[in-house]
Amino acid sequence: MPFETAFLATVLPELILLATACAVLVLDLYLNDEQRGWNHNLAILGLAATLGTVGLLSNNGVTIAFSGSFIRDPFGDLLKGIILILTIFTFVYSRDYMRERGLWVGEYHVLVLFATLGMLIMVSAHSFLTLYLGLELLALCLYPLVAFDRDSKPGAEAAMKYFVLGALGSGMLLYGISMLYGATGSFGFADVAEVVNAEGLENKILVFGLVFVLIGVAFKFGAVPFHMWLPDVYQGAPMPVVLFLASAPKIAAFAMATRILIDSLGALQADWGEILMILAILSIGLGNVVAIAQTNIKRMLAYSTISHVGFIFLGLLAGTQEGYAAAMFYTVVYALMAAGAFGVLAMISINGLEVEQLDDLKGLNDRDAWLAAMLALMMFSMAGVPPAVGFFAKLLVLDAVVSVGLTWLAVVAVVFSIIGAFYYLRVIKLLYFDKAADSTPLRLAGDAKIAITVNGLAVLLLGIFPASLLGICNAAFSG
Amino acid sequence: MAFLYLLIVLAPLAGAIGAGFFSARLGRVGAHRMTILGVGISCALSLAVLAGFIWGDLKVFNDSIYTWMIADGIRFEIGFLVDRLTALMMATVTFVSFMVHIYTIGYMADDEHNWPQGSLAGKHSYQRFFSYISLFTFSMLMLVMSNNFIQLFFGWEAVGLVSYLLIGFWATRESAVYANLKAFLVNRVGDFGFILGIAAVGMYFNSMNYSEVFAQAPQFADTQVAILGGVSLMTLICILLFIGAMGKSAQVPLHVWLPDSMEGPTPISALIHAATMVTAGIFMVARMSPLYELSTTALSFVLIIGAVTAFFMGLIGLVQNDIKRVVAYSTLSQLGYMVAALGASAYAAGIFHLMTHAFFKALLFLAAGSVIIAMHHDQDIRNMGGLWKKMPITWLTALVGSLALIAFPGFSGFFSKDAIIEAVGHSQVFGAHFAWILLTVGALVTALYSFRMYYLVFHGKPRMDEHTRSHLHETPWVVTGPLIALAIPSIFIGWFTVEPLLVSNWLGDAIHVAHEHDSLHALAEHWHGQMAFIEHGMHGWPFLLAMSGLGLATLIWWFGVKLMPNLDALLQRAGGPLTRILQDKYGFDDFNQRVFAGGGLGLGRLFWNAGDQVLIDGAVVNGSARSVGRLAGQVRWLQSGLLYHYAMAMIVGLVGLLTLYVVF
Repeated sequence: MPFETAFLATVLPELILLATACAVLVLDLYLNDEQRGWNHNLAILGLAATLGTVGLLSNNGVTIAFSGSFIRDPFGDLLKGIILILTIFTFVYSRDYMRERGLWVGEYHVLVLFATLGMLIMVSAHSFLTLYLGLELLALCLYPLVAFDRDSKPGAEAAMKYFVLGALGSGMLLYGISMLYGATGSFGFADVAEVVNAEGLENKILVFGLVFVLIGVAFKFGAVPFHMWLPDVYQGAPMPVVLFLASAPKIAAFAMATRILIDSLGALQADWGEILMILAILSIGLGNVVAIAQTNIKRMLAYSTISHVGFIFLGLLAGTQEGYAAAMFYTVVYALMAAGAFGVLAMISINGLEVEQLDDLKGLNDRDAWLAAMLALMMFSMAGVPPAVGFFAKLLVLDAVVSVGLTWLAVVAVVFSIIGAFYYLRVIKLLYFDKAADSTPLRLAGDAKIAITVNGLAVLLLGIFPASLLGICNAAFSG
Repeated sequence: MAFLYLLIVLAPLAGAIGAGFFSARLGRVGAHRMTILGVGISCALSLAVLAGFIWGDLKVFNDSIYTWMIADGIRFEIGFLVDRLTALMMATVTFVSFMVHIYTIGYMADDEHNWPQGSLAGKHSYQRFFSYISLFTFSMLMLVMSNNFIQLFFGWEAVGLVSYLLIGFWATRESAVYANLKAFLVNRVGDFGFILGIAAVGMYFNSMNYSEVFAQAPQFADTQVAILGGVSLMTLICILLFIGAMGKSAQVPLHVWLPDSMEGPTPISALIHAATMVTAGIFMVARMSPLYELSTTALSFVLIIGAVTAFFMGLIGLVQNDIKRVVAYSTLSQLGYMVAALGASAYAAGIFHLMTHAFFKALLFLAAGSVIIAMHHDQDIRNMGGLWKKMPITWLTALVGSLALIAFPGFSGFFSKDAIIEAVGHSQVFGAHFAWILLTVGALVTALYSFRMYYLVFHGKPRMDEHTRSHLHETPWVVTGPLIALAIPSIFIGWFTVEPLLVSNWLGDAIHVAHEHDSLHALAEHWHGQMAFIEHGMHGWPFLLAMSGLGLATLIWWFGVKLMPNLDALLQRAGGPLTRILQDKYGFDDFNQRVFAGGGLGLGRLFWNAGDQVLIDGAVVNGSARSVGRLAGQVRWLQSGLLYHYAMAMIVGLVGLLTLYVVF
């Protein structure tokens, strides 16, 4: 494999992030407990530097490096930027929570940073091998993060389940990749695409490979019936880890789905579209219905995630440029909403309170009106109430589905999201109309408040001015 | 320029947001300073834009600022069309609004007394009020500056919303809540027509942009639509849009909300229900003149509705005893004059009357408000009298307003109203003759009710109780200042603007009049200066009738009441059934209450019993909620927590999908 120094410039963001992670790892050795803040600051600084580099290197062209295994394009740049911003949000939201529980140690930062690095690699993968590397780096960091509170039994259990099921999912993905390799003789997306274009479904090995790979994607997203890990993991993991898990990796998973399904298996759209349709209906249906029966807010949001994944699949299965852009819009919006919702939950889980049950949210308005308003905004947005951006995300996806003639599918999705509106609105009712058991006002850190405000305003303003983000999403798929 | 226009629109919005959301932090003084600053900026810039059109050579601005979305090829945009018509409206709206902002400081100074003790709704009511009126200014500017139908509709709805909020501002009073609901519902009827009209435009023209629609309009002049046995497309669109205008500009039969809207605080009556919001319909029709010119039927409809409103609503004013309601009915009647002008294709005259009316009607309302403040919020003119000695500024300004209203020669109202009647007289559309008679006799009615109120309030023996009388005094400068500032244009603005607006076609391309409809043509042809116009007017019927009305009013309510203090009540009794019909407002309210409200209630009850409780609640909602709940419970059981179940589910999924593929 010929190596050129110029390649290093292409992966500069990833290198900076790697250096940051290593620096935190080393720095942590020299800090005593009072000085842990340096980890935090250094991590955020590193993320910001990475974000800046992504922005600087961004242009409308496409750069392929390392013999076709790494790609930098506008699509990837946007997703990387959002992943990095969400990771910064995660650190800001989680600080007080983790510090209070003695979990605010260097390893936490290192693991999150490496996970982020894994995501960036996934986003920029241009061959199955690179993709798998990034995916495993991400997954291996997430398993210990879920069990980060070592003394928590549910945490350990959740991590165990996640690990085993994750191994199974990865195994299937890898098996699928090996079959694709067998059928095409290559790992590179471009080469695979060439063979697929020529042979199509005539080649049975390709079909097997496609199904296995798709299952890997569905597992990462948490689509029914590969969703089982999601509620248990959400419930067992510490809130900041859930916050992280629910937001940024979904973007990486979307990148993975796009790279595999569109870039390399695009010729088989009609076939994977059908599989996605089944998964989408199951996810939207099951997610929305089961969420109603939950009393645990984390589980409820886990099922809500599952239903949103169904909506993302709706956009992908349309198979048109508008559909892809709509799915991308939906993913970005969903990640923002999830970050905001879990961010609020992490922020109010202080002073010994661990928000677990829906009842813990009662009367939040009396304790901190602004946070309650932000959480309500997230709920409205998730339910798809205008002018919050969630409405537009749903509208675009449904529009894409209707425009390819699948009106019945849109009707099914709408019916289930009406059912789903119930549990989102229930949260709002708890926030505003019920009395809190303990109504002492919350004292929150200023930077976390700023972050949640930015997050909330983004959800609101994108809803009023959706054209800005939509334009970028459209551009990413028109090239 | 885009930045400047954006600033004009957004400055009041910023004030509204500040005063609304940060009311506690800003405090009362901070809130009124902030909003007045916002509206002041807006007003100064609007006046500068107007000056640019009058003395400079400012170009017409027509551009889009932001594309909200594109659906089916129709662009939904935010954009501005600023031509002379818009500039005139902007200046009028922001100037009156600015005056009202200042006046409000005095009027709302002790608003706490209007709320029950400890009422939560009354908290920061002062700031909230300022926030609303600034928000109103923003909405109205969005409406008049729009260059497309969508933004027009946004502004249209937004002013409706703010009006609703303000009529029901004293939300603890039942009558206020009733009135605001009524206003909202009646406007909804109009808006329904309006949005259907916009939809028809979208359907046939495939665009929401004014200039694109207007450019295409002549091609559709002969298009027929197959509804109601086939009507012309332009007639349909114009009448539907006009139904919207009937709601907003309170034309018969959608006028019923306006008198009740007087439940709101007086500054609002002046700003919204006299000078600006109610003129939105007039402005809209003038803006759409290229469409209306294509349908003689629609013009005729507009003309007749306007004339009927002008005459019959004026009559009701004669029997009202609430000072604000008298002014409210006079507003209805004057709006009728403006609409009639539109129907006669004299758009310029309609806009001209809109502007002069904005000044003198705002003046009359604020003067009425000043009287109300002095009378400790007693609004019954039967309890007033002889106020002229105690309140000289209010008295004189009210006299100016009344003279302008009855079209006394030389005052601003004279030029505009005379031009309207003249134009209607020259109009050739169906019903023009009928309309001319109504409008001309209307001049007599106007003089009667205006001066009945004026004499009963300011002259004669004081009839208020001892306590109120001893406390009577002129209101503070924040109240009288705007009165004086409005009185000046009420006298002079007509003299200076009549020639450019009506004769030398200053509005230019902003309005479009087909040659055969040009009813102002004769006026322009025989134009020999303002003096000649006044002289000519003094030979006409409207002048004679107005003067005889003034004389009669003086005779009855000044000299007559001096001799017989209960003459007014006696006259009303003598009217018999006629008085009763007028007091019942021709039965519109009863009819609406019985047929629409009652019918709606009955229908609702039927649906509630049969449909909702039995079918929906019983079968669908509770039924499906039960089944969803049961389903959720069962599916939840699938999530057993056992790892091998989970792995099993994945394998089943895998096998299922593979089978699907390999087999089919």
